[in-house]
Amino acid sequence: MSASRGTIEAALRARRDSGGKCLVPYITGGFEGYLDAISAAADAGADAIEVGIPFSDPVMDGPVIQEANEIVLRNGVTPASIIDEVATLDVDVPMAVMTYYNIAFRFGLDRFAQSLHAAGISGAILPDMPLVEAGPWVEAADNGGVETVLLAAPTTTDAHLPAICDRSRGFVYAVGLLGVTGVRDELADSAKVIAARCKAVTDTPVLVGVGVGTPAQAAEVSTVADGCVVGTAIVRKLIDGGGPEAVGQLVGEIRTALDAG
Amino acid sequence: MAMTEPTPDGRFGRFGGRFVPESLIPACEELEVAFRKYWADDAFRSELSGLLNDYAGRPSPLTECHRLSEELGYRVLLKREDLNHTGSHKINNVLGQALLAKRMGKSRLVAETGAGQHGVASATAAALFGMECVVYMGEVDVERQALNVFRMRLLGAEVRTAMSGSRTLKDAVNEAMRDWVATVEDSHYCLGSAMGPHPYPWMVREFHRVIGTEAREQCLALTGADPDVVTACVGGGSNAIGIFSGFVDTDAELVGVEPAGGAAIDRGVPGVVHGSLSFLMQDEEGQVLEAQSISAGLDYPGIGPEHAHLADSGRARYEKVTDDEVVEAFQLLSRTEGIIPALEPAHALAWMSRAREELAGKTVLLNLSGRGDKDAVQMMEILG
Ligand SMILES: Cc1ncc(COP(=O)(O)O)c(C=O)c1O
Repeated sequence: MSASRGTIEAALRARRDSGGKCLVPYITGGFEGYLDAISAAADAGADAIEVGIPFSDPVMDGPVIQEANEIVLRNGVTPASIIDEVATLDVDVPMAVMTYYNIAFRFGLDRFAQSLHAAGISGAILPDMPLVEAGPWVEAADNGGVETVLLAAPTTTDAHLPAICDRSRGFVYAVGLLGVTGVRDELADSAKVIAARCKAVTDTPVLVGVGVGTPAQAAEVSTVADGCVVGTAIVRKLIDGGGPEAVGQLVGEIRTALDAG
Repeated sequence: MAMTEPTPDGRFGRFGGRFVPESLIPACEELEVAFRKYWADDAFRSELSGLLNDYAGRPSPLTECHRLSEELGYRVLLKREDLNHTGSHKINNVLGQALLAKRMGKSRLVAETGAGQHGVASATAAALFGMECVVYMGEVDVERQALNVFRMRLLGAEVRTAMSGSRTLKDAVNEAMRDWVATVEDSHYCLGSAMGPHPYPWMVREFHRVIGTEAREQCLALTGADPDVVTACVGGGSNAIGIFSGFVDTDAELVGVEPAGGAAIDRGVPGVVHGSLSFLMQDEEGQVLEAQSISAGLDYPGIGPEHAHLADSGRARYEKVTDDEVVEAFQLLSRTEGIIPALEPAHALAWMSRAREELAGKTVLLNLSGRGDKDAVQMMEILG
């Protein structure tokens, strides 16, 4: 499976090279119906999918993703069970896990990377792992064939930005605003600024995430970025009981908006 | 072996580091630069000393406990951080950080609090310096430390209730960090213990070093020697690291005391939460466990990284006590010395009481990190 899916970076470059904009939805792993939601998102035009592995103390996440995390953890879901279930999926877009450093650390960095690879998961995003602490994980991930997506923030200095973009694999996750995950009424001014700053120093695809929640916001930020990550708006659909259909529908609407440019 | 700086990457031995979202890295770097600069700056140091002396009431006394010593069978000395303004050691660190924040041009302090002592100290400093102050506190703690919530509000701070997870200190830290991620440009995170991302564990230790420095001189003046044992309670570890820093290069045994329900050293394994790698109570999957303690200030599943290193290297040892032992100790000090301790330092006293045989004939210095006023209502319910 993993071979046919290819890497995240290849998928995103292919989209960009064909003149399109990249869409990476985030779905909380272990949430009821999440496997079908992943398939629905893939069918609706996602280029890659982020699967969240819940952590007890998600400091980068706002109330909605926190709530989804808490529900999943209460149900006794474990990182290994999510990885094992994702391994059974028959989707043709690459996937990355998004979790916090301690989950990987407790698993054992090498073993975590190997487990992801074995499950056909191409990448990993660890939002509380800044570049200065990335060394041991990046080595394990490189050895295990896992793409490490690093985050660049609005506060990231010009001195640090090139190194982050340079070391990021799959794509550069440009954090759209100063704050935690969540839908905002309007796209923050900082979103296009950080996208442009990243684009100026790297050829790796640059996707903006955090604060991108509507088709219009996705299209707007993608006038500068190569695409976007949409998390909270999608998780909200699951929490509200919309299930995979609602997720597929929202991903489809965002896809349409991105294609309309 | 004196307590030195951590390595450039913020490590004490194999612990520490700077595990925060990239958004906060520039703020941590800026803070480190500012701390280095002002900690070496005479004007800053003398302004801080002035505040500690004339506002907070330092130096805090050293009290010899005659009746308690007789009861326990060894000589007991108390370092009286309970007599500081606002009622605990927390003010040492807060005055340092608030002064630094002011120098850095920050107009707002964000803090977490468990027992409310750090929150009260932060609200106090914010009032003193004319800064805005937001304090996050778990819902459980808002209830059991209601007096401190009122004090914070009276001092002009906004208290925000953390409703997630265990609704205690751990969750208050999460909320404070989320706030800081969003407000980092004008806010300083006034972290209340010797934990968090580099440079906090080091900086907080330095701001509390005054406890150990004073106590060393006071012990020498009183007894003509260093104490045999120095003990303190450990939540994140700030009061303990403060007093240990004065004695780490002596022969004194250093003993940190944790609650049985929040014993990071005893029950934890290395893990990463709230910015650093340290011992952490967690399950097999890496989910952080909820601590369980009678004391809101120690109800925390982690511990500052320098304590992890002190435990690892064997220079300090860490003991744990039960809530019942703490309730006994709380009453013991009240009855024998006329000093009502906070529940946090009552943990260290509980260990001292249990370890009578081991300690017989020795001189033991206890860091009495805070007073018990805040715990009176809670204890009234427990003791009936
Ligand atoms: C009086 C007192 N002692 C100790 C502590 C625990 O903190 P630390 O371990 O940082 O000294 C607290 C925390 O609220 C406290 O109020």
